[in-house]
Amino acid sequence: MSQPIIISASPHVHSAKTSKKVMYDVVIALIPAFLVSLYVFGISALILTAVAVASCLLFEYLIQKYLLKSEITIGDGSALITGILLAFNLPAGLPIWMILVGSLVAIGIGKMSFGGLGFNIFNPALVGRVFLLVSFPVQMTMWPTAVENNTSIADAVTGATPLGMIKEGLMFGDTMTNISANLPSNMEMFLGISGGSIGEMSALALLLGGIYLLARKVITWHIPVTILVTMAVMTGVFWVIDPESYASPLIHILSGGAILGAFYMATDMVTSPMTRKGMLIFAVGIAVITVVIRLFGAYPEGVSFAILIMNAFVPLINTYFKPRRFGSKIKSKIV
Amino acid sequence: MLKTFPKGGIHPPENKITSSKEIKRMTVPKVVTVPIAQHIGIPAEIVVDRKDKVEIGQVIAKSGGFVSSNIHSPVAGTVTKIDQIIDTSGYKKQCIVIRTDAKNETNFEEKEYPLITEIQLEPKEIVQRISDYGVVGLGGATFPSHVKLNVKEGVELDYLLINGVECEPYLTADHRLMLEKTAEIIVGIKILMKALHISKAVIGIENNKKDAIKQFKELTKEESGIQVAALQVKYPQGGEKQLVRAILGREVPKNGLPLDVGVIVNNVGTVFAVYEAVQHNKPLMERVVTVTGKKMENPSNFWVKIGTPIKDLIAEVGGLPEGTRKLVNGGPMMGKAIKNTDVPVTKGTSGILVISEEEASRGKAENCIRCGECVTVCPMGLEPHLLMNLSEKGMYEKAAAEDIMTCIECGSCSYVCPSHRPLLDYIRFGKSIVKKLETSKN
Repeated sequence: MSQPIIISASPHVHSAKTSKKVMYDVVIALIPAFLVSLYVFGISALILTAVAVASCLLFEYLIQKYLLKSEITIGDGSALITGILLAFNLPAGLPIWMILVGSLVAIGIGKMSFGGLGFNIFNPALVGRVFLLVSFPVQMTMWPTAVENNTSIADAVTGATPLGMIKEGLMFGDTMTNISANLPSNMEMFLGISGGSIGEMSALALLLGGIYLLARKVITWHIPVTILVTMAVMTGVFWVIDPESYASPLIHILSGGAILGAFYMATDMVTSPMTRKGMLIFAVGIAVITVVIRLFGAYPEGVSFAILIMNAFVPLINTYFKPRRFGSKIKSKIV
Repeated sequence: MLKTFPKGGIHPPENKITSSKEIKRMTVPKVVTVPIAQHIGIPAEIVVDRKDKVEIGQVIAKSGGFVSSNIHSPVAGTVTKIDQIIDTSGYKKQCIVIRTDAKNETNFEEKEYPLITEIQLEPKEIVQRISDYGVVGLGGATFPSHVKLNVKEGVELDYLLINGVECEPYLTADHRLMLEKTAEIIVGIKILMKALHISKAVIGIENNKKDAIKQFKELTKEESGIQVAALQVKYPQGGEKQLVRAILGREVPKNGLPLDVGVIVNNVGTVFAVYEAVQHNKPLMERVVTVTGKKMENPSNFWVKIGTPIKDLIAEVGGLPEGTRKLVNGGPMMGKAIKNTDVPVTKGTSGILVISEEEASRGKAENCIRCGECVTVCPMGLEPHLLMNLSEKGMYEKAAAEDIMTCIECGSCSYVCPSHRPLLDYIRFGKSIVKKLETSKN
């Protein structure tokens, strides 16, 4: 034998799945939504995404090289996803320096301060997004509306998101019937022609990517389906009782970040529970908090907050909802 | 829907490239190296000396206690050496080296035993004979069979399960045996049923061996007590606890045995050895071994004398291919890597797997991305990522509380981990320490 024999313990074979492949599958799944954002917002969506991705990669590189002096792992795809998801959660036309601040917070505070990939408790992209939202509430809620044939940001007219319009209308005592007259139709929201962050435009595009992730077994149905179903049921109850004061479940699902959050943010492996049981509880929590914020809170939208709040519970969920040990008839005891 | 166990499991590429290769008889080796510890329990005591002439089937090492087993000479020849030699475990073990007597005809006569269906012995005599002829579990654990059959008074048994699952990729030894010795195995099952006073037996076979399922179904048509269960293909269904769960829906308690739920499990290879011992007075001195690997010239199944050096087997299939980086005794999931080709085949050797460069090297271990795949695939409902962490950080008591000792070391977690983390390596390490701590406590 020319080369020495390797002695290692079993198993001697490995599945073809790698972390990198998982990450790049997520990137592929986000392509349809990205194309829609390009169609709707044109060059400004491209600039936003490019700046967010490049700065996330750069900050991770700089932190690893000069601060942590550790191995550089920006090629693993995780910072790339953080960049894309951060961009998807921002309005088109946001000043570039704000995007940079968001990236720095997402990577620096959201991820690297915890120890890097796998150790962070909160979804880094959402940490960046929420930081920007509470720091720059005006710029973060200036939503350029879809403009026919738009080629530059200057053409864009700012408007409100459907959820924003509903919240505002209801606050001033308007009825849903009147508000609905100004809302985009459900079909328009499904296809992607309404105000909002660049990634949450088209439910259809996001669902396509979501189906891809399910088919590639990157995610399971537990988190996204549970979030959307719980949201629909909860908002449905209110809507049935008083359709003039509450928007329909369909509007709640199709507008805002519900689908983006359910399929791409809440399913982040690092910050979601390990067991199926835990995933269900996590997802119900996100849906309940989202609906409570949307219906009774000051913000029109609450998906980001809901996910971050439930992220904090993940270690607890993992501790209390363990898989059932084989051969134990009694449910696992709480240690 | 075919039966299977509900929690966890994986389906690695099957690679059963030798499944249509009939079992060939290996040429009798010039020298055999027979370890005296081929079974779980106390090593056998050597009863021969250097320069002694031994006959084929003669006891050369006697059972050293209750949980132990006799060792028989697989050839006629002369004892040339009794020494410490590295065996498949990787450790030096006491071995008896016998040079085959080339002139002795018994070495080469190939007896074709006629099928004897009538079982004359009484239960106690059956167990005695199984003990005398050194039958041990051939599924991998090599637990002495007579101990397993020695069921305590008062233990209620109602099912005998026959393990024909062979869920390990590559291996086809059991598959071929089931095809070629179907009738003998059925008699073997009846022998065990008689010895155990059990009236119901089920043979579990995974659905990638449809020919074997069909054959057993046909031959057991008239047998009211013997059933065939076709099982979904899923690793590690050959694990005792998984098999009992899959076929009968019974869950063996955490630290218990199949006996606790009224079941006894035996591998098909063991059943055939029982048949030969009881009906033909033939000691366990040979077994079926699959010699395989993707790049091998002519991978095959062989009847191999215990003690045959592995290099003889490899030569028989065309030698080691270029770029061989790993030799495995057993299957790719649970087999042990071996150091060189001098080690001998033992009672527990179900296959020799030759692995090339590309497959042999592990990916670089990266950070855990908490994907939970290891938790999903663990058939025992454990959290491998957590057990690895606890073992790595030396938190053994916590690991014990998290049921580290119930791990069956199937390797499903390490197989699926997308970050190539050495989960099972750390869990094994943790288990060994926990075991030490527990024994020192008692």
